[in-house]
Amino acid sequence: MIKFTEEHEWLEVEGDIATVGITDYAQKALGDVVFVELPEVGATYDKGDEVAVVESVKAASEVYAPLAGEIVEVNEALEGEPGLVNSAALDAGWFFKLKLANVDDLDELMDETAYNEFVEGLD
Amino acid sequence: MAMNSQGRPTAATGGGDATKFESFSGHVGLRLAEPLIFELGTSETTGVDFEDTSDLELSCGGLERTSEIGCPGLAEPDTARHYTRLSRRNYGIDMGVFPLGSCTMKHNPRLNEKMARLPGFGDIHPLAPKSTVQGAYQLMDELSHWLMTLTGMPAVALSPKAGAHGELCGVMAIRAALEARGDAREVILCPESAHGTNPATAAFCGYKVKSIPAKDNGRVDIGALKAALDNTVAAVMITNPNTCGLFENEVREIADEIHKAGAFFYCDGANFNAIVGKARPGDLGVDAMHINLHKTFSTPHGGGGPGSGPVVFSDALKDFVPVPYVVKTEGGYDIVEDQAGKSFGRLTAFQGQMGMYVRALSYMLSHGSDGLKQASEDAVLNANYVLASLKDVMSPSYDGPCMHEALFDDEFLKGTGVTTLDFAKAMIDEGYHPMTMYFPLVVHGAMLIEPTESESKTNMDQFIRSMRGLAEAAKAGQVERFSGAPYHAPWSRLDETQAARNPVLRFAAE
Amino acid sequence: MRYLPLTPDDRQAMLAKIGVRHIDDLFKDVPNAVLNPEIDLPRHKAEMEVERHLSRMAAKNTAAGSVPFFVGAGAYKHHVPATVDHLIQRGEFLTAYTPYQPEIAQGTLQYIFEFQTQVAQLTGMDVANASMYDGSTACAEAVLMARRVTRRNKAILAGSLHAHYRAVVETTTQYTEDVIVAQTPNPADPEAELKAVIDAIDDETSCVVVQNPGVFGHVLDLRPVAEAAHAKKALLIVVVTEVMSLGLIQSPGEMGADIVVGEGQSIGNGLNFGGPYVGLFATNQKYVRQMPGRLCGETVDADGKRGFVLTLSTREQHIRREKATSNICTNAGLCALAFTIHMTLLGEKGLRGVARVNHKNAIALKAAMGSVAGGEVLTNAFFNEIAVKLPKAAGAVVDQLAERGVLAGVPASRLYPGAGLDDVLIMAATETVTADDIDVLKGALEEVL
Repeated sequence: MIKFTEEHEWLEVEGDIATVGITDYAQKALGDVVFVELPEVGATYDKGDEVAVVESVKAASEVYAPLAGEIVEVNEALEGEPGLVNSAALDAGWFFKLKLANVDDLDELMDETAYNEFVEGLD
Repeated sequence: MAMNSQGRPTAATGGGDATKFESFSGHVGLRLAEPLIFELGTSETTGVDFEDTSDLELSCGGLERTSEIGCPGLAEPDTARHYTRLSRRNYGIDMGVFPLGSCTMKHNPRLNEKMARLPGFGDIHPLAPKSTVQGAYQLMDELSHWLMTLTGMPAVALSPKAGAHGELCGVMAIRAALEARGDAREVILCPESAHGTNPATAAFCGYKVKSIPAKDNGRVDIGALKAALDNTVAAVMITNPNTCGLFENEVREIADEIHKAGAFFYCDGANFNAIVGKARPGDLGVDAMHINLHKTFSTPHGGGGPGSGPVVFSDALKDFVPVPYVVKTEGGYDIVEDQAGKSFGRLTAFQGQMGMYVRALSYMLSHGSDGLKQASEDAVLNANYVLASLKDVMSPSYDGPCMHEALFDDEFLKGTGVTTLDFAKAMIDEGYHPMTMYFPLVVHGAMLIEPTESESKTNMDQFIRSMRGLAEAAKAGQVERFSGAPYHAPWSRLDETQAARNPVLRFAAE
Repeated sequence: MRYLPLTPDDRQAMLAKIGVRHIDDLFKDVPNAVLNPEIDLPRHKAEMEVERHLSRMAAKNTAAGSVPFFVGAGAYKHHVPATVDHLIQRGEFLTAYTPYQPEIAQGTLQYIFEFQTQVAQLTGMDVANASMYDGSTACAEAVLMARRVTRRNKAILAGSLHAHYRAVVETTTQYTEDVIVAQTPNPADPEAELKAVIDAIDDETSCVVVQNPGVFGHVLDLRPVAEAAHAKKALLIVVVTEVMSLGLIQSPGEMGADIVVGEGQSIGNGLNFGGPYVGLFATNQKYVRQMPGRLCGETVDADGKRGFVLTLSTREQHIRREKATSNICTNAGLCALAFTIHMTLLGEKGLRGVARVNHKNAIALKAAMGSVAGGEVLTNAFFNEIAVKLPKAAGAVVDQLAERGVLAGVPASRLYPGAGLDDVLIMAATETVTADDIDVLKGALEEVL
């Protein structure tokens, strides 16, 4: 199951674990990503907390917790190769895995169709 | 007749395709290649002579540095050549029009350099006995008098080292004043078009930053400001003239609203150069304003500093100024160096940027009250001349008149495939430094042009012809002229992505 | 007016093009009531008149180079080769802006890259930034950076940190979450001072700030402080106000510093009554993204040619706004250029050589002061500066010596009023001091004491 947020994050959910990254729309808007600051494994966040920072040459953006949960894994490959966020935003460019505090919260988020409509509305 | 047998061709022959031959040296005529000093020098080479101390017995607690330092030297001739060659890769005001909006790249008079180097200013110690530096205190006092008179404000703190440092000074004084009256406030309001330093400074002083929107005419929305003003607001930071190059025509009403709410009016004085001699911030209700001596009063930008950012204060804030400050005494001058009374503290070691004080005062004395006013008028005139001359081929963001800078957006480039960045880089091929681009953030693809008063009409006309030519070329679909520009600079476009992804911040031997 | 090229005819023609009649039509947004105020200041002056006015003011001051001169305490009189001042006044350097257009600013960018490398080498650290306003503001920035790195907020300032630096740190952090613990200066017992620092380090400590050589001239081995700080996961910030000392004394990096800040004025820059100077800021690679200020990095251009750009700017205010690492917006470009040119002239050989001359002169000064009746030198391990205990108040002695044409030093009480140091004088001897100067000082002192 894939879900999306209005902050341009995607979540791929298996059980209560969500893999989180930023969308293709977001990576294009940022430009060449040069640095990603990842959270520490074990840290817990509420929905909307700042979890990570993604930087391009001329912009820095926060990545927010799409839902409440605990970080169980981070994508260390991004430290050496931040360009993955551009080249593979939806798979190898993932940021972190979040153990969701409450799986039912997923219902609040958009599915792919809804997100695509949301993005179209922005331009 | 005596025949000269050394005759040689003197007519202009030659020419042709310059790209056909690569040089053997790596130099290209006057464009001289120059490696880093770490690739040139050796640890045994030096460009200075010094006394022999080989028989010295050290007294440094056995902590002598025995490891290699790793800073190679060059003899004097090679040093002179190295830095001269580097200098020729730079563009400066001395070379041509430098219309970098918001940065005020005006002529830097060399008299000011000469004055700052008088031994009585350049070779005196900040902690020398006070009786031996009375002339230095006098200079600071005289500069203060000029700044207070030109702004119509009763106090000034000279010591901040740059504009952003001045902002810090101003906001700290505001916070100190609020705390002194037992009034804890949490919020500072900044317009969307503010310099990035404004919110950074406010946050640094522990305030939350709230943004206030602009109206369609590029000015602060006074209705939105009123709605946001309450007893949690410590101050409003407004640049006037603002970053769109416009004067906030409702500034007095804005000041009244701010004061009614018990807050302070901080004015970012980055653009004071448009109104020196024409209007005094003190008459506009300002409580604190920094003045960039390196903009308004022509101290050189020097490739990124040193700057100087004195702050003028209203009566309500004048007791809170930082140390040190000069005071007049019966026999001369004294300096207050220790925090006492309501002063909020100290922002820098010693007295601040004395070298800049001398240059700025030299500039002010040269212009006088009449010349300073004329300089403001000429700066505004040149900017409006640019606006009037380009408005049919480029897209001005707001109706005129503007103040000292003219703001355009990228509407006129729509559909051409040329971006603001491309346009800026093509200006380099025209022999100009690009205007400020992508600032302010409130218009799309911003191009902010500030010609300053230093440009003659001839220079302005030439610049305008060049800009019109570029605008027309973009519209005519000459994308390549822009997309690969600059073609004629010593370097083509540099890869900023690579620089940031794999930061190499120092030389390291292979 | 010699700086304004527009003629009255030009102005008329331009107003006509704009479509207005009078210059004040362009100022129509300025409320009428405040437009064109009466400004009570003199009218413009010819170059010659300005020069006369300012020269008279300058002549009231005693230039360091004109008298026996022993004043230091954070600003030092060194000989700067004529080449330095000549080169920094080239218009391409002097009248350039921050290198935001790298294609036409490689001169500035390359010297910044050279500067960053030189500062890193001198301090014994991995990386350095493009410079800060001065040593004192760099010191405050280092304390803030230590909080970001350690996520703790207590900074311990050693007693012999320059009083102005201490005040700048305290002022700059007064509205942040930082807690500053400033210790008492103890010029007579530097080891005790260092022990007090070590004892104060706890689990809340973000950093300890130690100046070396200290404000009273003492040179100390900081390894024990580094170990104690690191054991508690705190950072050691070393402050160097006399950068020439790095030609003789082990670098802070060798002693275990995590951040080194310094005043670079001694190399390439004159006394200038306190500014402009050049702040040095160096640290280890792993903290680069927490650093304040500008950084220049190597890259290539579209043709593959090596070049330099400002980089990692997402840390800075123009992008991060209220989330920036600092509100700093400028560096001290031209002063950094002076530093790097002087450093290139010196090279390792010259730096070591000149540093040893400083040390030699300070040893001679120490011997002279030790032989003055009632004088007691408090500093045993030093570079070019010593603290001397006098039988009288140092402030009065300095004033009396100034009347005799000798600038003897900085009374400790001027930096630390009320700290019980009224009889302590801080004196420096650089390479500019001669044996004659020391004789004159000694003679004058014997008259005064």
